[in-house]
Amino acid sequence: MAAGAVGGSSASSTYREARGWLLLPAWSVLLFFSLAPVIMMLVYSFLTKEHRGGVIWEFSLAAYDQFFLDRGLFGDEPPRIQWTYIAIFWRSIWQAGAATLMSLAVGFPTAYFIATRPAKARPLWVFLITIPYWVNLLIRTVSMKFLLREQGPLNDFLLWTGAIDSPLQIVNTNLAVQLGLFYSYLPFMVLPIYAAVERYDFALSEAAADLYASKWTTLRRILLPAVKPGVVAGCILVFVPSLGSFLAPDLLGGARNFMIGSLIEEQFKGNAGNWPFGAAASMILLTLVLLLLLAFARQQARAERRS
Amino acid sequence: MQTKMPETSSQNAIDVQNAVKRFGNFTALKQISLAIADNEFFTLLGPSGCGKTTLLRIIAGFDEVTEGSVRLYGEDLGALPPNRRPVNTVFQSYALFPHMSVLQNVGFGLEMLGSSSTEARECAGRMLELVQLSQFADRRPGQLSGGQQQRVALARALAPQPKLLLLDEPLSALDLKLRKAMRIELKHLQRETGITFIFVTHDQEEALTMSDRIAVMSEGELQQVGAAREIYERPRNRFVANFIGDTNLLEVTVDRIEGARATCHLGGGHALSCEAVDGVREGARVHLSVRPERLFATAEPAGPEALAARVVETVFTGTGITSIVELEQGPRLTLRSSNSERGNRRVFEQGAACFVNMEAGAGRLLID
Ligand SMILES: Nc1ncnc2c1ncn2[C@@H]1O[C@H](COP(=O)(O)OP(=O)(O)OP(=O)(O)O)[C@@H](O)[C@H]1O
Ligand SMILES: [Mg+2]
Repeated sequence: MAAGAVGGSSASSTYREARGWLLLPAWSVLLFFSLAPVIMMLVYSFLTKEHRGGVIWEFSLAAYDQFFLDRGLFGDEPPRIQWTYIAIFWRSIWQAGAATLMSLAVGFPTAYFIATRPAKARPLWVFLITIPYWVNLLIRTVSMKFLLREQGPLNDFLLWTGAIDSPLQIVNTNLAVQLGLFYSYLPFMVLPIYAAVERYDFALSEAAADLYASKWTTLRRILLPAVKPGVVAGCILVFVPSLGSFLAPDLLGGARNFMIGSLIEEQFKGNAGNWPFGAAASMILLTLVLLLLLAFARQQARAERRS
Repeated sequence: MQTKMPETSSQNAIDVQNAVKRFGNFTALKQISLAIADNEFFTLLGPSGCGKTTLLRIIAGFDEVTEGSVRLYGEDLGALPPNRRPVNTVFQSYALFPHMSVLQNVGFGLEMLGSSSTEARECAGRMLELVQLSQFADRRPGQLSGGQQQRVALARALAPQPKLLLLDEPLSALDLKLRKAMRIELKHLQRETGITFIFVTHDQEEALTMSDRIAVMSEGELQQVGAAREIYERPRNRFVANFIGDTNLLEVTVDRIEGARATCHLGGGHALSCEAVDGVREGARVHLSVRPERLFATAEPAGPEALAARVVETVFTGTGITSIVELEQGPRLTLRSSNSERGNRRVFEQGAACFVNMEAGAGRLLID
């Protein structure tokens, strides 16, 4: 017994050594592609802006000041809360949330459908779902505009069926942006849910039916809790990029439906930009996303404990 | 011995008529007809893959018959969904809800039937006491051993007090001691609750000790349906004779059938008499099954039908002694006698010459 324990511990320490080396690629990816850019952003957001793009290496809170406080046109009035950017943030959250709900409403049944096909047919369905995404996002978003415009196929179809009398104005509305975001990120909703449903043991649904649960109750009480990690992953994977997206709002939303992504993008484009302000807006966005995720995780943990 | 059940009656818990189940071009059930009485402890016994689970799934409503019909207390089940059938199942794979506590699992059915959650919890608590798992009520199924999970599955299926309980190998994951205790417990429970049980197993001892009646299945067909004793003592065919207990098979030719008696002879011409059987005609070459414990050896022939033999091997097995003897005509027979004074007198040394005698009514003609 003692010999076994000694052998075991020495084996596991060898293991740990090897693991240290093997983890190097993972650590470097995390360091260079996650941590370093964030630190760079953080540093830039506290620097002074250069007028034709770029930064001057001098500490400054100007970027955050500009984001939150309104000091009048010439900067000499007593500071008031600057609502412009907060409103843009709020609209972004709202748009991304709506797009996430749309993706969930369409993505869940799609994923369920694919996962319940015969095992051989499933890869084909997944393949079909992903094919449109081989086309560049810009081109897909522009095509969406053509689909939705007043003389576009959607309106033509609705007019033909008699559902409407005159073409709907969809382009340049919130709905257009939501549809654009929904279409851009739908596979990110479908794939994790598909993976979860595929792993789900359908004998559990049978057991629930055997115990007098209706189809709807079985879905709500048995299937959904089992595939929740997939649903949560899908929602995060759609919500987060939607929040920072600028293609769909720029191309489909018009000037009035500006989102954070566009705001940040502007700051780094051409000579008119303000790098520290863009960096500050990015940091605020990042903080906001982290806070939202944290709040969600806390609420989940509390719900878990309650049951 | 129990009398045969009537073929159809509204008193029957389950009436399966000419049920056929095909998966693609594979036929899992071939023309099964079966009537199970109310309050009966009925066992489906058969080797792996013979269609036991398939039949249960049809009764529970997870699968539909390709042909034929299933009636529950006289009512055609047709395409009635499983949640509308007063039938519960103990699944072969347990299928416990992983995100619910043991108590919630057991209370689920009651809750679905409209009990208040306190009522459901109380009843679930009682069921857990019954299967001796009260101290695990708050655990998740994943934190239990296989045998404990199986008992939770049992409690969960019993809690809503169904009219019919389907048990798919519910004791297979338990160790021998617990399995034996649970056998008695289950049998007791069935008597007490009056719930009709359809119990699936491939363990013949389990089937023999618990059941009112047993259906022996093989390759999607019912081979024989009857009380434990009937199946053991009067097997219909070679499959049943071999599957339940050990047996000796002798090739015989039937010479004459007079009323309930048949006379036949072995390869060497030695005459034997036994009970006549439906489906075996004069002149047929068939097998005669004789259980090892119904053969005994003597130094002098005990009757006109005694067979001369020589002892090949004698093995002491604790409660009994098993001898293998070789007949003059060639075939070998296995004899078993109990380890008692009387039994020991019938045991011979290896190599000794002796006579093998059959107890009256021990030989059974098989139809194939
Ligand atoms: N959905 C299905 N599709 C195709 N064949 C199936 C299906 N379900 C069962 N079968 C086949 O039907 C036969 C009977 O299966 P069943 O599960 O009823 O066996 P069983 O008697 O319960 O066996 P075990 O003792 O191993 O549980 C098997 O040969 C199996 O391969
Ligand atoms: Mg089975």
